[in-house]
Amino acid sequence: MADTHALEVHDAHAHEAHEHHGHPTGWRRYVYSTNHKDIGTMYLVFALIAGVIGALLSGMMRLELQEPGIQIFHGLASMVYGSSGPEALDQGKHLYNVFTTAHALIMIFFMVMPAMIGGFANWFVPLQIGAPDMAFPRMNNISFWLLPPAFLLLLISMFMPSGEAGTGVGGGWTLYAPLATTGQPGPAMDFAILSIHIAGASSILGAINFITTIFNMRAPGMTMHKMPLFPWAILVTAFLLLLSLPVLAGGITMLLTDRNFGTAFFKPDEGGDPILFQHLFWFFGHPEVYILILPGFGMISHIVSTFSKKPVFGYLAMVYAMVAIGGVGFIVWAHHMYTTGLSLNVQRYFVAATMVIAVPTGVKIFSWIATMWGGSISFRPPMLWAIGFIFLFTVGGVTGVVLANAGFDRAVHDTYYVVAHFHYVLSLGAVFAIFAGWYYWYPKMFGLMYNERLATAHFWITFVGVNVVFFPQHFLGLAGMPRRYIDYPDAFAFWNRVSSIGYYITFAGLLLFLYLLFEAARKKRPAPANPWGEGATTLEWTLPSPPPFHQFETLPRVDTKADAH
Amino acid sequence: MAGQFFRLMRFAPGIAAILMPSLASAATGQPTPGEIGLQGSVTPIMDSITSFHNGILLWTAVLISLLVFVLLAIVVLRFNARANPTPSRFTHNTLVEVIWTVLPAVVLIIIAIPSFAVLTDQLTIPDGARKYLGSNIFSFGEVDVPAPALTIKATGAQWYWTYEYVDEGKSFDSNILDEPTRLAQTPVQPRLLAVDNMLVVPVNATVRVQVTADPTGVIHAFAVPSFGIIIDAVPGRLNETWFNARKEGVYYGQCRELCGKDHAFMPIAVRVVSQPVYDAWIAALKSGSVADANATLPPITEEQPA
Repeated sequence: MADTHALEVHDAHAHEAHEHHGHPTGWRRYVYSTNHKDIGTMYLVFALIAGVIGALLSGMMRLELQEPGIQIFHGLASMVYGSSGPEALDQGKHLYNVFTTAHALIMIFFMVMPAMIGGFANWFVPLQIGAPDMAFPRMNNISFWLLPPAFLLLLISMFMPSGEAGTGVGGGWTLYAPLATTGQPGPAMDFAILSIHIAGASSILGAINFITTIFNMRAPGMTMHKMPLFPWAILVTAFLLLLSLPVLAGGITMLLTDRNFGTAFFKPDEGGDPILFQHLFWFFGHPEVYILILPGFGMISHIVSTFSKKPVFGYLAMVYAMVAIGGVGFIVWAHHMYTTGLSLNVQRYFVAATMVIAVPTGVKIFSWIATMWGGSISFRPPMLWAIGFIFLFTVGGVTGVVLANAGFDRAVHDTYYVVAHFHYVLSLGAVFAIFAGWYYWYPKMFGLMYNERLATAHFWITFVGVNVVFFPQHFLGLAGMPRRYIDYPDAFAFWNRVSSIGYYITFAGLLLFLYLLFEAARKKRPAPANPWGEGATTLEWTLPSPPPFHQFETLPRVDTKADAH
Repeated sequence: MAGQFFRLMRFAPGIAAILMPSLASAATGQPTPGEIGLQGSVTPIMDSITSFHNGILLWTAVLISLLVFVLLAIVVLRFNARANPTPSRFTHNTLVEVIWTVLPAVVLIIIAIPSFAVLTDQLTIPDGARKYLGSNIFSFGEVDVPAPALTIKATGAQWYWTYEYVDEGKSFDSNILDEPTRLAQTPVQPRLLAVDNMLVVPVNATVRVQVTADPTGVIHAFAVPSFGIIIDAVPGRLNETWFNARKEGVYYGQCRELCGKDHAFMPIAVRVVSQPVYDAWIAALKSGSVADANATLPPITEEQPA
């Protein structure tokens, strides 16, 4: 009792102090931040920086692949290591693998996840459920501040020795043993493992925070079935993170002990099995791809509804489609492993289970279209990105159904067909969702309007660019071009060149985006509380733009009788 | 939609040939410049993969994408703010919701039937009695495939393959040909695919391929697109696949699992020869070296690179 009393007194005191001094300013505002909006902004800035680095890495790869032969990476190696001749060539080949590995890890762990979960979810889950902040504000702070050191470790790993081959991890983002154990001697891989450990810890803390916040801090009257779809998407995502990341952590810890402490989990000559790692990895890895896309599903629903001036079609089906995708996502992992020697019956099961996912995904696609059907659509930039998302995600989705068939997968396994597929769902799906969300919420977050003509141009350039990059990769894959190749038989030259040209278009779009940010920050056009009109019905639009440092000091009441859906 | 789908499927190969010439006339054994489809097939397994893809999967993917595209186009044209200033407020329509849940499920079942059959063929080593699908993936099997006549063990190492003729107890390494050597000796073979010692097998014989990797090394994958086979070479494991090539020629493949810096430089080349040529080759291998054996082979010509 006494303790409780003390706590109350302390709380009252803190509140008073807060009233008097306002919130911290300068660097303390961010480094010590417990404010979900400031932390969200930091996540978004972080994701932007990581995204530019990841895009530059892929640019070097497309530059290399533009022509058959090796033209870039041996020169790069001789610049970095001061080597020449065959030595530089060998180091260049390794460096190419380092670039593919780093590109994937950066884009997944340090761009898409921070942008969607750390950035948008931090900002808008509390706002949309009518909560003053996240449930654990200090944990929110550490969730973010674990990321920069993790990213730094990954970048440092690129310059750490990795055996005779040079520096950096060249084992692919999948980190398959034994290439990630005996195949990558030297500290580079250990740095990368530690980096993923820390990034994973950051995500697990974030997931706990979101689950607690969403279950406990919804505004009075907001039952789970009245909660907007974006918090629902984040709730499902958070459960996926919570259940899958520990498995990855376990797997890479086993890599670490195999490498450094004499264990033999994955060493065949001491009784281990390399395939065990693949099971552990993909038990995380498959839910991970839904982690990357589910928040996007939530955002797209809001954007489509807002700009169609119509409520979301089939709200409950949308919610349970996401729950189903999340659930089934845990029992399909071995479709990444059809060629490892799984038995016929195991492959049959994974084919069937994987194809099932197409059903809830189809429900989502068709429901978005039904939301637009009968609407009064205005094609503002967020809506363009959302429509682009729906179409491109569909293309990535149908090639997913194609790949689900083990019998056909064998024709294109580990070829560019797979590269095209997952870039259609991620680079063209998740990234389009991120840009849609960015343009949708930018006025709310920063209280400023961007130049909509520039944003529209950014959309069209990117739309054309990414399709030119990735569509021809289907052809390359069908014709048998393996992925993760620095050089390829001359027959593949034509579509590789087209693909590289697409990269330059996409990169021009990225530069335009950076200019748009600069222009918006300089022009400072104030944004109204709700720039999107009557279609924008979620709670964040009831607040001024930008929202006050602390919102909802009096909790909003959601009408329990009105049926929003 | 299903009926329409099947009607379209009857015309699929013809339409494919018109729209996408390289789908219909793909080269066998190696990719061709600008190719947009699968490499040509010379085995019953690749026949079934090809008709499964070109006949069903490709069309499902294209039609569903087109359906979504058309729906989006209708929405954009009919329900934009200018054409339709007052939005309706409906949020439910049980009938369409049931349809778009059930119809995809039906399409998936239609895909699943040949899918399981193709998969089962791939993973069942022929015993001589079992019939295989070949290109008719909706049949119960109509192609006879003999039981394996020989067994080859392919071992992946960084960065070359070792082929062991298990029945003869002889083995040799197969390395990529460096460019000067290739240009000097056998310019007809493509860059990055040419090897010093090919895997030589008889035509129309079923070959059992056991695949593993150097026990202290890393994972590789043994893949030959024209045969429709790929299987991982995993240290400490013995995987198995099979093929039965019906046409003489050279069939190239490449390592398909990231294995380090020279992952792109450990190609696979399988030379399918007539039975007498094979008999002479294997006899020379048994009594001498792989170089002696290769000396018995006719040179690879432009007319018959594959």
